Amino acid sequence: MLEQNSEPMTLAALQNSGFLRRGRLLSQAMGVLLFLCAALSVLITGAIVWVLVSESWIFFSQIPLLSFLTDTQWTPVFTDAHYGILPLLTATLWAAGIAMAVATPLGLILSVYLSEFAGTRVREILKPILELLAAVPTVVFGYFALLFLTPLARQFIPGLSGFNLLVPGFVMGMMILPYVVSISEDAMRAVPMSLREGAYALGMSRLRTGFTVVIPAAFSGVTAAYLLAFSRAVGETMVVAIAAGQNPNLTGDPREGAATITAYIVQMSLGDLPHGSVAYATIFATGLVLFLITLAFNVLGFLLRRKFREAY
Amino acid sequence: MRSIILASVAAIALGACGKGAPETGEATPAAAPASNAVVLIDGSSTVYPIAEALGEEFQKASGTRVTVGLSGTGGGFKKLCRGEIDISGASRPIKKEEIEACQQAGVEYIELPVALDALAVVVNPANSFVDCLTVEELKILWEPAAQGKVTSWKQVRSSFPDQPVKLFGAGTDSGTFDYFTKAINGEEGASRGDYTATEDDNVTITGVSAEVNALGYLGIAYVTENVGKVKAVTIRQKDGKCVAPSVQTARDASYQPLSRPLFFYVNKKFADERAHVGEFIKFAFNPTESEKLVGEVGYVPLPTEAYTLAEAKFEARKTGTYFGGGSKIGVTLEELLSDVREVAPTAETAPK
Repeated sequence: MLEQNSEPMTLAALQNSGFLRRGRLLSQAMGVLLFLCAALSVLITGAIVWVLVSESWIFFSQIPLLSFLTDTQWTPVFTDAHYGILPLLTATLWAAGIAMAVATPLGLILSVYLSEFAGTRVREILKPILELLAAVPTVVFGYFALLFLTPLARQFIPGLSGFNLLVPGFVMGMMILPYVVSISEDAMRAVPMSLREGAYALGMSRLRTGFTVVIPAAFSGVTAAYLLAFSRAVGETMVVAIAAGQNPNLTGDPREGAATITAYIVQMSLGDLPHGSVAYATIFATGLVLFLITLAFNVLGFLLRRKFREAY
Repeated sequence: MRSIILASVAAIALGACGKGAPETGEATPAAAPASNAVVLIDGSSTVYPIAEALGEEFQKASGTRVTVGLSGTGGGFKKLCRGEIDISGASRPIKKEEIEACQQAGVEYIELPVALDALAVVVNPANSFVDCLTVEELKILWEPAAQGKVTSWKQVRSSFPDQPVKLFGAGTDSGTFDYFTKAINGEEGASRGDYTATEDDNVTITGVSAEVNALGYLGIAYVTENVGKVKAVTIRQKDGKCVAPSVQTARDASYQPLSRPLFFYVNKKFADERAHVGEFIKFAFNPTESEKLVGEVGYVPLPTEAYTLAEAKFEARKTGTYFGGGSKIGVTLEELLSDVREVAPTAETAPK
């Protein structure tokens, strides 16, 4: 029968053989390396937070927090200096809000179409074309909004200024559409067919199934998509810097121009402010506010996803 | 698969080679450093069109590249005093703080007037009620106390309609801002803050042309370039006449207080060390070239004598400023000529 030249081939013997020991060391080393890469991203985020907080300390130690949060004017480099974040904050939220108002219904409709109705061929053509929208540089979108869309829109919307929040908001909606559609469509395709088949068996149309069965089932993924898109819209710089104007203006009317937080940061960074001055620190203070908004929405998204997570 | 990769790498390499075809045309090895040489200009957005035009022509004539930036007069001076650029374009003379900064950094500069500018106040062409504004009315509109308070045309003059006024103008790094605030508000840097402040005058043009009730201020060259888009307002002079900004009125100083000289400030060390900087200045202050280009761009060329004298001042490397540190309202051509004729007094000797 089989000749046993050494010890019996037990599992322990196999595990202790040289060949497998090398393999184990290698996979342990790879594990450590990959952990370091993940730790690096956490470290970088920590470093960014550290820079934001330490540089804006100059600002917050001189400007009372209450006036920062409640003053209605933002004029840090002028004689009558006011440091109220409200004008910049409302402009940012208006622009992002308009973008979401455009992207939400369009995104839902498109993702339902792509996951429920579209055949493979149509999906293969449509998805890449949609993702092209994400490939266009944002500065191109900005000038497109300023030089083409705004004059066009001024013919239909009375009282629309040359610099306004409406048109860049719309363009931003178009820009975040690929993110929304891509992620929600993936989430919807992950919903098992059995749920859909149950709905079809009950006589529901595909449209109704899409909106009443699939979307609630894919809710966590869809919410993640929209939160990602919102973070993107809030942080968008070039479109609003070019097309929404650079005048910090507290207004409830999106037909007027107003500087967002990101547009203000760009404007100040391109200039020459003495390092260590309060005006210089406003760049970091406003950056910190932006970071906190995005953080808040990410935490909200995390909590929502955890609550509504459906495990199949 | 490998052949595809090889083919694309070859294509990229060929594309990169094709771009690098020498524009200088010289084949001698001594020309190689010249083709790498760049004249670095930065500063005022008002002086930008002149610097850009001169740079383009110089590039065509000699092959040396010229890059022109748009940081604003203040930004340009900061870069000059840090030794980052060769020439700074300025729409006002150098300020005391900037003189000190240059002294501390050991940077010496040569002040060369290059053109005259009429600072135009512009409104939308469809604006039917603004005709002639006085300096006092502009002050009501632009002083720091107006921030948040003066928001309607009616507050400027009671005969104007009660329409909201949208303001556009230069940002705080801009020489235009310094000069306008000094001329109108009496104090350099004192201005209201709730307007669209930008170092890029094209933003002002875009804003004013799109808004019926808008008002802005910027150099005359941008107005000449955008004739249909904005309309320049006439300013009432001390003798009661309403004068419009133009090449003629800036030259004979009848458009006050908003006529002002534009300057190039050259880093003396770089002028000595870098031959291409000297060549550029020689080219720029050649009277035929400069008069033609400055006029084409829309500013007021200085008389031939001024350019020849400026060139001589540069050759003699005379440093320092004639103006004692800061904007001066109502500078005449004679004063500019004195600037280039004699050695300029420095900040310590000249009174404010």
